Amino acid sequence: MIPLNHYLLLSAILFTMGALGVLIRRNALIIFMSIELMLNSANLAFVAFARSFEQTSGQPVFSGQLFVFFVIAVAAAEVAIGLALIVAIFRVKRNVDVDQMSSLKG
Amino acid sequence: MEGIFTLAPLLVFLPVLGLLINIAFGGRMSEKVIGWLASAAAGATFVVSALLAYALWAANGEAVTVPFADWITIGTLHIPWTFRVDTLSVTMMLVVSGVGTLIHIYAIGYMHEDVRFKGDPKRFRRFFVFMNLFIAMMMILVSGDSYLMLFVGWEGVGLCSFLLIGFWYDMDTLGRPSWANSNAAKKAFITNRIGDFGFLLAGMTMFWAFGSVQFGEVFGRAEEIAAAQPGIIIAITLFMLIGVTGKSAQIPLYVWLPDAMAGPTPVSALIHAATMVTAGVYLIARSWPLYTLVPDAQYIVAMVGAVTALFAATIAVGQYDIKKVLAYSTISQLGFMVAAVGMGAFVAGMFHLVTHAFFKALLFLSAGSVILGLERGHHHLAHHKGHEEHEEVFDPGDMRNMGGLRKRMPVTFWLYIIGTLALAGIFPFAGFWSKDEILLDAAKLHPEVFALLLTAAFFTAFYMGRQIWMVFFGEPRHAAAAHAEESPKIITVPLMVLAGLSVLGGALNLPGVHTFGHWLEHTIEMVEHEAHLPAWLAISWGGLNPLVALASTVLALLAIYFSWLIYGRKPLITGQIDPLKKALGPIFTGMEHKWYVDEFYWAVFVDRYVDIARFLADVVDWRFWHDWFHEKVIAGTYNWLSHIALNRYVDQKGIDAFFNGLGELTKRAAASLRRLQNGFVRSYALAVLLGVVLIVGYLVIR
Repeated sequence: MIPLNHYLLLSAILFTMGALGVLIRRNALIIFMSIELMLNSANLAFVAFARSFEQTSGQPVFSGQLFVFFVIAVAAAEVAIGLALIVAIFRVKRNVDVDQMSSLKG
Repeated sequence: MEGIFTLAPLLVFLPVLGLLINIAFGGRMSEKVIGWLASAAAGATFVVSALLAYALWAANGEAVTVPFADWITIGTLHIPWTFRVDTLSVTMMLVVSGVGTLIHIYAIGYMHEDVRFKGDPKRFRRFFVFMNLFIAMMMILVSGDSYLMLFVGWEGVGLCSFLLIGFWYDMDTLGRPSWANSNAAKKAFITNRIGDFGFLLAGMTMFWAFGSVQFGEVFGRAEEIAAAQPGIIIAITLFMLIGVTGKSAQIPLYVWLPDAMAGPTPVSALIHAATMVTAGVYLIARSWPLYTLVPDAQYIVAMVGAVTALFAATIAVGQYDIKKVLAYSTISQLGFMVAAVGMGAFVAGMFHLVTHAFFKALLFLSAGSVILGLERGHHHLAHHKGHEEHEEVFDPGDMRNMGGLRKRMPVTFWLYIIGTLALAGIFPFAGFWSKDEILLDAAKLHPEVFALLLTAAFFTAFYMGRQIWMVFFGEPRHAAAAHAEESPKIITVPLMVLAGLSVLGGALNLPGVHTFGHWLEHTIEMVEHEAHLPAWLAISWGGLNPLVALASTVLALLAIYFSWLIYGRKPLITGQIDPLKKALGPIFTGMEHKWYVDEFYWAVFVDRYVDIARFLADVVDWRFWHDWFHEKVIAGTYNWLSHIALNRYVDQKGIDAFFNGLGELTKRAAASLRRLQNGFVRSYALAVLLGVVLIVGYLVIR
């Protein structure tokens, strides 16, 4: 039985990688993938907490798992829109470098 | 029978209907239709009046009030529009509508020619609209059941008088372009306004004292108020007298009536001789319960009437215009009536009102016929001589241009003779009976009034004789008179009816029978004054005193004889000055110039009024109010306040500075904040992350 802390540590590592990916990388697709990484780290934390809670209280609770399903569904929708935006931007700019997309700056 | 009384409102609404039809459709109707429609409206009014009179007779003269509409209700003041049908008002209704109808018919013929001589046939319709309006207003006046309704009619007829005097507003009486006629109209209106103000004061005092202006309530409580505050009744009656002097042309407000002759002749006959000017007499007769309570006021009224009667009669002697003579004669005869009702001889006054309506309307309309006859003659001449002669100014109303018309206009001549004899008071014409009653009552009550009136009667016969000799006898003094033409039947037939009434009108109140007196007794209580009369006055042949009658008849015949001596025996020739001028010198000049009353009024009132107005306009209004107060004080202060104090300091330095500062602050804050918005998504993401770290850190540490 793997203790909860290990899951949480992995989740934190994944989240940090995702966050760093978003902050450091310039390719929109990579940023997207990093965002997915952050979402999934959160999902991992949800599931881990859910299991841990089930073991300590002794009764099955699916709220964590349910949340994960919602996150996955929303993430899918978000990806669909995000990819469509990236394709649209690519058609105009011929690249997907987010630092080039700064025309709305003040 | 009772149902007939409910017809009373038709008295007002039939003429209104007539005038509305003429306003709406008159443009597409011929002159005949317009004229006969208006006459039919007036005639229908007469029929209604006659029906009311019959119903009243059948009801033994009991006064009837016919409620028609609620008019004013303010607090305790409640004034409905109610028609009052009693013997007094019915008498007035019959006179107004009867004489009015005849004059309407006459006017069809008269105005047909007048509008063509004046060169504006379009105004034919307007004349009949105004005439019908006058009948309606006069009916409101005589049928009102309160002083306020009477006042409505009073003002209404004043308006019609104004409109009709100024009928040819853009010319003078000779048809030349000028404002003379409209000035005459304004004079009449303004003079009447002064009198109306007196009437208003009377009405307000009455409301203040009685709390009502309804005839019934006022008369019912008159004695009670008179016992408590006798001054109130005197004030009301004397204020009312001011109104009467305006409307009925008595001294001192009579000056408008001679000028009112600027109106077409049917107007002079209807409004300024037969009906409207008698409204004042009607008012006093109507207010008999008030007047009989205050003998002092009665005496003043009687003296005003008597003095006016004599004063106007002397002026009439010196006039040359055929209508001006009749105008002053009207003032004089109104003086007789006012004196009579003032003395308390209400029946005599009302009787004279009725007969005077007949013979003065007859005289005016005959004079109109004479004027038209001369116009025709003049027109005829101008037509034959060619147009260069047309420029000559010819006054068809000037008696010095007449002469010898007896042969050219025989019908008019005989009609005029009848009117003259009736006015002069020759037996057995209508004027004899009514004037004699007034003289007899005056002799019994106030000898000085009697003396004044008897002298006035002498002058009356004299100036009428002078007029007859000048107009109809001798040789024509102008080519137009030599070519004058008789008037058509439409003009002479109504005159014949009036002539018949002038002859037979006396039968209304013959001595011994006193039909009219008994008729009015239902409305006016008679007060008998039989106390210790001298023997010669005590003689009574059924109410007729032979001595008084004889005296007045002899005086009248004597006056006519004198006038024959002066004007008849040696007729005037063209350009000759009046023979009386040589004999009387400055006295005649005074008569000729109306005793300079107009000039006196002009100097004392009008010029002073203009001075005051000019002072108020130039000095008070313009220099004080406008230049100094408004420009300097108000506008100056305001400008200083707005330009210097408010604008420069409060607005610019205070409010503006505050809001500009706010704007500046926002701009600066924006300039520094703008740098954060660098457009790099990743830096935004970093900011979000840092924010989350901060919040989570805070939550954890807390």
